[in-house]
Amino acid sequence: MRKYISFFRLRFSTGLQYRSAALAGIVTQFIWGAMEILVFRAFYKADASAFPMELHALSSYIWMQQAFLALYMTWFLENEIFDSIKNGNISYELCRPINIYNMWFVRSVANRLSRAVLRCMPILIFASFLPAPFGLSLPKDLNSFLWFLITMLLGFLVVVAFCMLIYIVTFFTISPQGVRMVAVSMIELFAGSVIPLPFLPDGIRQVFELLPFASMQNVPLRIYSSDIAGKVIYTSAGLQLFWLITLILVGKMLTNKALKKVEIQGG
Amino acid sequence: MRVYSRYFSIHFKSVMQYKTSFLLTTIGQFLVSFNVFLGIYFMFMRFNKVEGFTYSEVLLCFSIVLMSYSFAECFGRGFDTFSSIISNGEFDRIMVRPRGEILQVLGSKIEFTRIGRILQALVMFIYGISQSNVSWNFDKILTIIFMIVGGTVLFTGIFIIYAALCFFTIEGLEFMNIFTDGAREYGKYPISIYGKRVLQICTFIVPFALIQYYPLLFLIDRNRNRWNMFLPLVACIFIIPCYKLWKIGIKHYKSTGS
Repeated sequence: MRKYISFFRLRFSTGLQYRSAALAGIVTQFIWGAMEILVFRAFYKADASAFPMELHALSSYIWMQQAFLALYMTWFLENEIFDSIKNGNISYELCRPINIYNMWFVRSVANRLSRAVLRCMPILIFASFLPAPFGLSLPKDLNSFLWFLITMLLGFLVVVAFCMLIYIVTFFTISPQGVRMVAVSMIELFAGSVIPLPFLPDGIRQVFELLPFASMQNVPLRIYSSDIAGKVIYTSAGLQLFWLITLILVGKMLTNKALKKVEIQGG
Repeated sequence: MRVYSRYFSIHFKSVMQYKTSFLLTTIGQFLVSFNVFLGIYFMFMRFNKVEGFTYSEVLLCFSIVLMSYSFAECFGRGFDTFSSIISNGEFDRIMVRPRGEILQVLGSKIEFTRIGRILQALVMFIYGISQSNVSWNFDKILTIIFMIVGGTVLFTGIFIIYAALCFFTIEGLEFMNIFTDGAREYGKYPISIYGKRVLQICTFIVPFALIQYYPLLFLIDRNRNRWNMFLPLVACIFIIPCYKLWKIGIKHYKSTGS
């Protein structure tokens, strides 16, 4: 356990070094969020009755999404891992007395967390000063805030567990290009980062909500904006836990299978 | 021009060496922007109109922006990856050759896989047209061509700015994404829906609205003023300051030495 913790600390502090990049990123994300809210405002003006969420809830959803983007974006994959599989450097890592799945998992968690820590505060502070329906508002009560924190952690781990699958599949396909592109672009839609899931038409929405992708950012962001409340919170959190365990088990199984007949790419 | 067509054929031949990989990446490119379309589709299942624009009109708008962006990306990809040309010292080599720098950077990379995106834009374009009830005449066909040409030039200009800034910073700048990926992403809706302020910025500072919003109004007969037709050509002027910035950048250039 200790080696993973120190590995985490190492990665985490490396990630914190990129401060000027983070500043540029914050500006970008802020404008991105503002544009997103303007789009939804236009739709809200067009037909408020067809709007499935409150406008201020939606604004909170989007600001939280931008602030914690680094935790939830599935396209933020580590090229180093892909490269190590492709050019054979993975053989060094396999020699070490550590579990490769756990190490990559810790590494992804640390990388994402350091990025999010650097970026989230300015966006959150700035957004909470914006005028009423467009700014970031506080959650309804303490209870939903606590559940927001819990589900945020679960959702984050689901994202990492899913990205692990993409890395592992690369063992079999060698070139990550195809898998990466298709998987990542479809997940964006399923997870609710193209449009929040409540905006999807009935029927499709219910199916999407059961998929593992809905257990990523969808649940915590909607609990924060009080769009999910009451008993649904518990079932969503339960579903998150279920997917987290399933994804980790599948990931571990696939890793073992891949490592049994691993072929090191020379060079 | 002759040199560029040589570059073109070389890149084409090299891509064709890996036909399956080319095919897969093209399909991937197709899918990547497909979820943007699905986003629009699902939103319009719920709402009939936004700011008075219907589904098919938004689709038309989206496809034109996507198409001009993909054209610009296909040919101007060299500028997009320019930070690596600078940081690995490749640019020193470019400067000593007796040809224009811009031409060589353009020729350094031509991304044929963007055909996936162009194809998608085309499908959406045809779908948008068949759904819409635009009454076609010569003027309107010309308008569409102007829009695509103007858009391609505009996006190329932005790519040039992106590259020119690399002379000063060595690295690519993340906030420029707002003008490249962001413009593509948010250009899917007519700019007026973002409100007056954004429309003003996109008219006078970075002329996105000139290639998108105003000519679109002319296309769908909301504004019959024929001046709107030629606005995309006005937007092409934008490339002049971009070129100037590039020139300043070259003067300022110091080799990274590697």
